[in-house]
Amino acid sequence: MRTVAKLIDTTLCIGCKACEVACQEWNEQEYTLGTFDGTYQTQPQLTHNFWNLIKFNEREEKGQLSWLMAKYQCMHCADPGCLRACPAPGAIVQLSNGTVDFNQSNCIGCGYCITGCPFDVPRLSPETKKVYKCTLCSDRTAVGLEPACIKTCPTNCLTFGDRQDLLAKAEARAEDLKADGAADAGVYNPAGVGGTNVIYVLKEASRPEQYGLPKDPGIPWTVSLWKGPVKWLGSAVMLGGILGSFFHFIRFGPKPESHANEDSDAE
Amino acid sequence: MASLAATFGRGAMTNGWADVANADLVLVMGGNPAENHPVGFRFVMEAKRRRKAKLVVVDPRFTRTAAMADVYVQIRAGSDIAFLGGLIHYAIEKGRLQTDYVRLHTNAAFLVREGFGFDQGHFSGWDESKHAYDKSTWQYELDGQGHAKLDPTLEHPRSVFQLMKAHYTRYTAEQISQICGCSVEDFNRAADLITSAYTPDKTGTVLYALGWTHHSHAVQLIHTAAMVQMLMGNIGMPGGGVNAQRGHANIQGSTDMGSWMNLPGYLKLPRANHTSLDEYLKANTPKSLRPNSLNYWSNTPKFMVSLLKTYYGEKATRQNGFGYQWLPKLGETENQSWGYFFDRMHHGAVEGLISFGMNPVANGPNTAKMISGLSRLKWLVVAENFETETAAFWRAKTLAGEYYPGAAEPAGIATEVFLLPASCFAEKDGAFVNSSRWLQWKTAAIEPPGQARLDQEIIGRIFLKLRELYAAEGGAAPEPLLNMAWNYATPHAPSLAEVSREVNGRDLATGRQLNGLAELKDDGSTSAGCWIYTGSWTEAGNNMARRGQEDPTALGLFPNWSWSWPANRRILYNRASLDQAGKPWDATRAPLKWDGQRWSGDTPDYKADAAPADLGAFIMLPEGAGKFFAADLSEGPFPEHYEPWESPVENALHPKVSFSPTAKVFTGDIDRKGEPAQYPYIAITYRLTEHFHYWTKHTQSSAELQSNFFVELPEELARQKNISNGDLVTVSSARGSAKGQALVTKRMRGLTVQGKTVYQVGLPIHWGFLGKVTGPLINNLTPSVFDPNSGTPEYKGFLVNVEKAG
Amino acid sequence: MAFTMAMPTQLSRRQLLASSATLTATAFGFDLKAATATARELKIARTTQTLSVCPYCAVGCGVVVHTLGDKARNVKPAIVHIEGDPENPINRGTLCPKGASLKQFVTSDRRLTRPLYRAPGSTEWTPISWDDATTRIARRIKESRDRGFQTTDTQGRTVNRLDNIAMIGGCTDTNEINFLLGKFRFALGILPYENQARL
Repeated sequence: MRTVAKLIDTTLCIGCKACEVACQEWNEQEYTLGTFDGTYQTQPQLTHNFWNLIKFNEREEKGQLSWLMAKYQCMHCADPGCLRACPAPGAIVQLSNGTVDFNQSNCIGCGYCITGCPFDVPRLSPETKKVYKCTLCSDRTAVGLEPACIKTCPTNCLTFGDRQDLLAKAEARAEDLKADGAADAGVYNPAGVGGTNVIYVLKEASRPEQYGLPKDPGIPWTVSLWKGPVKWLGSAVMLGGILGSFFHFIRFGPKPESHANEDSDAE
Repeated sequence: MASLAATFGRGAMTNGWADVANADLVLVMGGNPAENHPVGFRFVMEAKRRRKAKLVVVDPRFTRTAAMADVYVQIRAGSDIAFLGGLIHYAIEKGRLQTDYVRLHTNAAFLVREGFGFDQGHFSGWDESKHAYDKSTWQYELDGQGHAKLDPTLEHPRSVFQLMKAHYTRYTAEQISQICGCSVEDFNRAADLITSAYTPDKTGTVLYALGWTHHSHAVQLIHTAAMVQMLMGNIGMPGGGVNAQRGHANIQGSTDMGSWMNLPGYLKLPRANHTSLDEYLKANTPKSLRPNSLNYWSNTPKFMVSLLKTYYGEKATRQNGFGYQWLPKLGETENQSWGYFFDRMHHGAVEGLISFGMNPVANGPNTAKMISGLSRLKWLVVAENFETETAAFWRAKTLAGEYYPGAAEPAGIATEVFLLPASCFAEKDGAFVNSSRWLQWKTAAIEPPGQARLDQEIIGRIFLKLRELYAAEGGAAPEPLLNMAWNYATPHAPSLAEVSREVNGRDLATGRQLNGLAELKDDGSTSAGCWIYTGSWTEAGNNMARRGQEDPTALGLFPNWSWSWPANRRILYNRASLDQAGKPWDATRAPLKWDGQRWSGDTPDYKADAAPADLGAFIMLPEGAGKFFAADLSEGPFPEHYEPWESPVENALHPKVSFSPTAKVFTGDIDRKGEPAQYPYIAITYRLTEHFHYWTKHTQSSAELQSNFFVELPEELARQKNISNGDLVTVSSARGSAKGQALVTKRMRGLTVQGKTVYQVGLPIHWGFLGKVTGPLINNLTPSVFDPNSGTPEYKGFLVNVEKAG
Repeated sequence: MAFTMAMPTQLSRRQLLASSATLTATAFGFDLKAATATARELKIARTTQTLSVCPYCAVGCGVVVHTLGDKARNVKPAIVHIEGDPENPINRGTLCPKGASLKQFVTSDRRLTRPLYRAPGSTEWTPISWDDATTRIARRIKESRDRGFQTTDTQGRTVNRLDNIAMIGGCTDTNEINFLLGKFRFALGILPYENQARL
């Protein structure tokens, strides 16, 4: 089985937010009125009913003003920290095409996946007490349709397809940008999570944090530990929740550095 | 659009959306397509990605379009003509012009009469007492046949080319910097890139929108851009043109249809001195100015008679001038455009207003004046999808009283208002004409909600009721009403397919749908409701619903997708893409081919069977050539920089004639002018990508994406005013105010204009006192000042003050 | 009179759903279905699709309106979803944020669903029947027209004109509605008429 992926070529993103709306519409999210935060960005970060966010960063360097825009959502990691952390069988599944999908009917609302995610993506709904995030439109991809965000994107900034093909395409595009003088152009496909099924082309690949992406994301040590020596305890969680305090520390203790501060102004 | 019609012959985007992908150079100025036409902008990104095209953005704001630019120049709102005039100077000075194109396809070689000149802000012929121009010196020198004389060497001192060159010598980079507030280096960098498209193998396009039309000098501004494009040899070329990005789904079609001070198909409204059809036709059928000019408007009698036959059917006979007298006549110099009739309404001279899907309280200049006008109506009919600010103008005092201190309380407003629930796009059939003139047919998917009705039924039933009343009771002039053909199968709600066939026109003897323009007659034997649409619904069926994917030229023309006016032509003036012998300037980008016998490719914008050397390329103009020198415009045949009505500086070129001498300014009690001492900052209004006009404040998703009105402020100004990001501020002009949160940004900066630092303030539109989200109407602040040619208001570049709200 | 469309207005599901990249299961060279045991039900699996055009700006993006519930008698179809028309050469299935939320516009709870009337001096809307509204509007138009119609001007020239009634609109509506409004206007002799072109 080959793996599918999204390619986000940030050099073609015009910040139009069509992907945000297409995601909301397809997934029939409840719209909530925002507050004004002094920016064009729709809201500071992802929420349980907003899974796809374009981050806007105004930046000035050497007198040169730029306005960086990049789409942010679940990265569908090859080695998903959320899945490693999840104690509830069937709540988080990795489909054979690489999609990391949440099944809320199995979710127990413990929120461990939130801790496990190095991209700070999953969000707990205060009403349903379940965790939500991008599904890669698994209902659409199942019948051969591309995800809603991909289909709507006006500038071909977003493409969907076979991961290996898209990686090759991304590399080619990066080379193209280098040839045009963007020496730092490159592909974002971080190794710390085994690579991601959401791949970025960045003009400044050595500084992904400029786009709101963590520089070297990795699965928190606590979750790795969980996956490693204490993995056998997994079923025990379901029985007695004896690891609750352990995860409480993880969730509310100091966040690992790799958690991006999403609304940071990257000046 | 008035500008493009005057320069090239048709008031429409010259090329198509997909065609932008053929460009090597894209100049976006007076527009922000990444935000306002994101799907259209994809072709810019494609040109960048595939052709390595360069994008130059010139705008008062660093927009989302600017974020994509290779070169961005920030200029002062209202200084665009200076910038573009500077490009003309730069191109001529550096020899960066496609001389063969200019000589062949433009009026550069035409000689102008003796006596033409320009001095200290006025062209020759200015009459201060009449406050108008005598245009007699703005004419070509004619030979005995009434044809313009030429100097193909372009060296005659009275040739259009030499006059143009002389006119723009004042527009040096240093002068541009003084006027526009950009640096000389930035101007030169942009000019170098923009004029790099002058070689035959390079094509540049210009994309603009309301950032150019919202000025008191809008038409001349666009004319300047058209001049630059002609110098570069870019008109008629794939990837070229001057491309107006229009803001409403069917604003092009509505304009084509005569829903303004016109008849359908750009036929002019009769005036009182056109006392008969013959007089009308004589006045409106132009004579060729060159022996090789096809002068397509010489067919005006066919278009007009076919329209009259559509309107009046069998009642239209040769004896009664085909019913010509039933049409209303304008006074000889009368103007009935927006600014004029709302001014009359404000003065109580209008009794009733019927609005189908328009919201003047939101989108007209000086909201208080709009509300005042509506308050003086006896009655108002609004057919709409939502309760708009216009339908509810009488609630303004209640809902937004702080902005309308002079408005009356509801009890004091005697206007009777009917608010009729109309249907939306998905509930109706019919054609929308997009910006690039494609008529795309849509099919109704659902029924209107509740008691809401199809618009054709709303119109049909009122029309039939009026007829009934006049038939029964008589009244003023029943004939025009009773003689208007309305013989639809279901007269109370005509089928739009039936209307569409009527618009296409038919042979009245056989009832056969006409296939094309060549079949139109001036003897009353054909009908056509809008001659430019003849060919849209032929015997072959509804061509607007065609879905062919073929693209034989590989230029993105898609000739079998929908139908495009005129005659399914996709690139206007495409004959200009070839030289005199019919050889394309650029073989890789040839929309037309001449094989010695016939034309292939796009529908030629040319006589179908004429050889390349026979005729001029601009068939709609009496010159047969594109016009640098355009005497039909009000302010002068060449564009000149004039300051906005409200400006922080005097005109650097001629301080005594700072403002356009012919722009229309209303000067009533409610049309106050602000002075820089009190209102020191320049304001611009604009749309955001998250909203559509004043509609999407009624929809949940846009309300979520941009819920609040905000004011964009440069950091330096905010610092001076002690305003932080998110603070509540009040923006005020001499007309009114708006309160909202500050968005403090580096994307707008203080500019140095004539030695003075000026700040610009950004004001997004989209809010109002009704909707899922509400906020101030930004036209509270805008002035009642209009372009003299097009009647567009000055929404960009008026003066405001900004203060932290208490 | 009956009219038939020259071209089919409904395409096959595959045609409509696929993107410009003709993205189908086979395009990946493997069957995605097998990959998604937990996939949700596709909400547009049983919809009727109608081709339309976005009513917002003038790019002219094609859209596909997905409706359900129109197969039964006495049931009004309801919009399930609206997406870009993948065959339209302008948008190729893509849409901007406004276009992508068109369903919100059509189904907005702020849509007007019955005629409303505001009497002179009143502070509120009151419902009015269509018949009543139509008759009263026609009466107002006739009264104003009879007062304001000018058959000849001061020089005795026939002008058959009316300028005490103004009309605005059209830019949001189809060509055909504009044509009908034009007939309506010229039948009455109305000169002041504007659409959005100048604004």
